[in-house]
Amino acid sequence: MKTLGIILLLSFGALMVYASLGLPAHGDASAPHHRDASVTGSPGAAAYYIRNAYRDAKTINMVTVTLGDYRGIDTLGETVVVFTAGMVCYLILRRKKE
Amino acid sequence: MIQPSNSLIVAVVSRTMIPYLQVFALYVIFHGHYGPGGGFQGGAMVAASLILSRMALGGERAEVQFRSAWGSPLGAIGALLFAAVGLVAVFFGGEYLNYAYLPLPLDDPALLRSYGILFIEIGVAIALTGTLVAIFDDLVEGHEDYD
Repeated sequence: MKTLGIILLLSFGALMVYASLGLPAHGDASAPHHRDASVTGSPGAAAYYIRNAYRDAKTINMVTVTLGDYRGIDTLGETVVVFTAGMVCYLILRRKKE
Repeated sequence: MIQPSNSLIVAVVSRTMIPYLQVFALYVIFHGHYGPGGGFQGGAMVAASLILSRMALGGERAEVQFRSAWGSPLGAIGALLFAAVGLVAVFFGGEYLNYAYLPLPLDDPALLRSYGILFIEIGVAIALTGTLVAIFDDLVEGHEDYD
């Protein structure tokens, strides 16, 4: 059983390494997710964010603009997820004072 | 309640580190506009400093800086602050979380968005600090050895 687990783990790791070889190089401007439009012609968001982040929000860090402004509801959801985890710990673990 | 650490080294090092950690966490929160950083990272650092003080100095002395009863309410306040910024934008005629409609005396909508991002980062930081400390306190309170 233990050998089977190790074999499964190694083969899954090898699969992950093989899959990562197909990713575009870091910072490749012609990568699919950096193009203005996808193969089917729908406009891509990443190129717009990179060009207009400073113009739209006067903030140098475009990651902050994307997380806080363009994708603000996502960030709100993340915060609620963390808060929910806290509430679950509160409800399950906290003991009532006698 | 956690007992203070017996080790002098742990006590002295953590007492020295905690204030610097907290100031650096504020820097990380407010530097999120100009470089790596932001509410999540800064809030996690504040929480880490408070948890360090609980583990090294003991629960009794750590309560002076941050009471364990404050954790969950602070988490709720932070998440609500984020949601409230979005609602304020709705009340002043914009879409939810469209910071260009926040009622601040600024003409430039881009600058308004910059301040809106700052508000929500502060909300995220408060929520993270409160929630992470509350989780730690809940885990410790449920543990029999630390009563």
